[in-house]
Amino acid sequence: MNRQIGRLFGFFVLLFAVLIAATSWSSVLGARGLQDNPHNRRPLLQAERIPRGLILARDGTKLAINHRVGGGETLRYFRSYPTGSLFSHAVGYSFVSRGDAGLEKSFNRELTGQENEFKSLVDQLGGGTKEGDDLHTTLDPNAQRTAISALGGQRGSIVALDPSSGAIRVMYSYPNYDPNQIPNHYQQLNSDPSSPLFNRATQARYPPGSSFKVVTAAAALDSHRYTPDSLISGQNNKIISGVPLQNDGGANFGTISLTDGLTHSVNTVFGEVGEKLGKDTMYKYMSRFGFGSRLGLDLPSGEITPSGVFKGQRLLGSGDAVDIGRVAIGQERLQVTPLQMALVAAAVGNGGTLMEPRLVDRVVASDGTVRETFNPKVRSQVMSGGSASALAQMMSKVVQEGTGTASALSGIQVAGKTGTAEVAGGTSNQAWFIAFAPVDHPRVAIAATVERTSGQGGTVAAPIAKQVMETLLHG
Amino acid sequence: MSARNRELFGLLPVSLLVTAGFTAVLITRSRDINKVTITYGAIFLGACVFGHIFIRARLPDADPYLFPLCALLAAFGLVEIYRISPHRALGQAVWFGIGLALFCATILFLRDLRSLERYRYTIAAVGIGILLAPRLPGVGRVTNGAYLGVGIGPVQFQPTEFSKLAIIIFLASYLSETRDVLVRGRLLRLSLKHFGPMLVVWVLAMLMLVVIRDLGSAIMFFGGFLALLYVATSRMSLVLAGTALFAGGAAYLAQHVPHVHDRVESWLHPFKPSLVDGKAYQVAQGVFAQADGGLFGRGFGQSLLEITKGHPIIPAAHTDLIFAVIVNELGLFGGAAIIVIALIFVARGFKTATLATDGFAKLLATGLTAVFALQVFVIVGGVTRVIPLTGVTLPFVSYGGSSLVANFILLALLLMVSDRARRDPAAARGGLV
Repeated sequence: MNRQIGRLFGFFVLLFAVLIAATSWSSVLGARGLQDNPHNRRPLLQAERIPRGLILARDGTKLAINHRVGGGETLRYFRSYPTGSLFSHAVGYSFVSRGDAGLEKSFNRELTGQENEFKSLVDQLGGGTKEGDDLHTTLDPNAQRTAISALGGQRGSIVALDPSSGAIRVMYSYPNYDPNQIPNHYQQLNSDPSSPLFNRATQARYPPGSSFKVVTAAAALDSHRYTPDSLISGQNNKIISGVPLQNDGGANFGTISLTDGLTHSVNTVFGEVGEKLGKDTMYKYMSRFGFGSRLGLDLPSGEITPSGVFKGQRLLGSGDAVDIGRVAIGQERLQVTPLQMALVAAAVGNGGTLMEPRLVDRVVASDGTVRETFNPKVRSQVMSGGSASALAQMMSKVVQEGTGTASALSGIQVAGKTGTAEVAGGTSNQAWFIAFAPVDHPRVAIAATVERTSGQGGTVAAPIAKQVMETLLHG
Repeated sequence: MSARNRELFGLLPVSLLVTAGFTAVLITRSRDINKVTITYGAIFLGACVFGHIFIRARLPDADPYLFPLCALLAAFGLVEIYRISPHRALGQAVWFGIGLALFCATILFLRDLRSLERYRYTIAAVGIGILLAPRLPGVGRVTNGAYLGVGIGPVQFQPTEFSKLAIIIFLASYLSETRDVLVRGRLLRLSLKHFGPMLVVWVLAMLMLVVIRDLGSAIMFFGGFLALLYVATSRMSLVLAGTALFAGGAAYLAQHVPHVHDRVESWLHPFKPSLVDGKAYQVAQGVFAQADGGLFGRGFGQSLLEITKGHPIIPAAHTDLIFAVIVNELGLFGGAAIIVIALIFVARGFKTATLATDGFAKLLATGLTAVFALQVFVIVGGVTRVIPLTGVTLPFVSYGGSSLVANFILLALLLMVSDRARRDPAAARGGLV
């Protein structure tokens, strides 16, 4: 019988090997899949036991803090947002029951202190508590408050940044929400037809109207095909791409300079310029400005929409059938985010160099050690310094004597461009104003837009941009 | 080194594990734990030394590894139970003492294993009787839909733990006597003599599925029987026929006995939305806990057990799912350690069987070892999703008096076989094969 006992033992060795293999699968090999399983609440509950890092504004205002609940084995931390809806879309939220959004999502690793594997191992051995790192953002609460009161409950968005560093100072989107209400009112907020959870600053696809003429002007100057003084016919109903194009209000201009064309936002002038430059040149400059890509902003990529010419959800390239003459004046199927238009102004203001936009300046550990600093980063050289300063002068005239006079600041030279796109079959407008100031050494670039207004870019959006710039420049 | 000194030496890692484990848990949970509770560890270690001295006196030639291996498993269990709920650790330490007392009593009063053979029918009848007791009105207790418990007043016990011993004793005795008949004759001429006993045990296993509704226990009992049948007759064909019969019957009943059906569904589709927070909750949480452990685990005392005070994330963490908690805290290495320790125990058990000189002792050691191994397989396999999860304990590790006491008796019987077999090495070498 001993031989049979030996074989029986062999059989059990096999069975136990299967057990070790299965344990390896559930603990190591298949662990990632199990950790990511949507039914597995363990990683979230685990995360609740770690005090998340704080999120701070540029002036030190606390935008996200923690509340302690329970103690010992069941100690948990809950997020709370002392400034409520002030920075709802940029900061986002983080709740075990509802997931996360905004910086809370894109910097989750840093906020939960996971960025340092060695540190957490040491913590584990010492049995110490793990703590998240703090985020110091570039956001300016004062300017944000100005933006809120300036938009005054109209639907729309305002984005303002420092053109030399890409640091975003204002990111406002209305309707907004109070992140403290997410745990109890998520369903309601999510199904609200006014989409308060939607970050219009980075996700909305609006027609840019004439504000896009700044992009066309940049392409015209930097390709050396035009100068600010080049003369172009501003006649109404000029044939562009085989179809007559109207000027605003059917105004008829004679042969005028490119500068005057921008000052008075003459469609037929820029339609012709776009058509003459051609699709390839226009697309080259658009892509240098950031069109067609998700931009490098440090929000979750799912919360950033690219700008460009769309057919449904598909971005059209230079190989597709596109009426470039009408793209050049911000019509056709061109759709843009407020962030993209703020970057257009920023690139011109920063001597043609587009900086990567960012919301976070540095990550700091609870003991004060700086873990990571995000230095200003060049995204692209859109145009030469010469082209940029020529364009800046052209945009200054828009504010001095053109469509954008409502944005003029006393004692500070502002360069800007208005935009008014007809929406809803021409019954209402998408009003735009993009600008930077001071012209000779810009410290702020801005895009302000208002949805479905009866006003124009110059009457509705320009005064809003003016107030926010004033706060940012005078502090 | 003499066998007994080796045994004493083997208790060293046990004391290290208990000391280190209790210290680690104390450090991480110092707020909740009274310093007095560390005495549970001392009770346990004292009991281990006492067990060793008793074996030294009564079974001086027995295998030196079996007892320290069980103590090591129990130490893992005690530390984890201490970590899961300190007051249960006291119960476990006390039950370890009671188990040890019954271990000594078995060795003192049984004296000669052969006396078991005389009462084999009585033992079998009692074994089957208590197995059915959970279905009796008044004393039966239902756990998760299976009839696994018997309760008389405040005292509860799990009859399967004792029943497995009774049935192995009966089968070892029965097969050692009839194996000659079973071995003889061509299998083609099927007779009731060959298949009669198998059919009886098969019907019994199927009844277990229907009556107590526990697939794990049925696998344990029928697997133990097949192991004995194979060793006794060397007829693989009988084993294959038995496996086919069992698989067929179990597959049929899994469709028709609701509770067994649920267990199979939870095993196959634990993350199905309709099951994951209901019937498959335990299975799903078990593997999630293991996934959280990784290679080295979160460390003693670091596993997440409660969502809020009094709401455990893993149900039955101290009994059925203790293996998942061990993997969570000690990682793949800790889990593999448990499996390897159990496997070494199995190796020593079969070694004891090969050394035994008479047929009954040989089959008894084989059967007890096989049923121990199967029990480990059924519960660890259930937690790791090799087979459906069922309510059996991890021997010596899980919390529970019945399990500890029954497994201590199993250990006592194995050590008795071993002591007799090794006392006369000459007999062992020339012994009955």
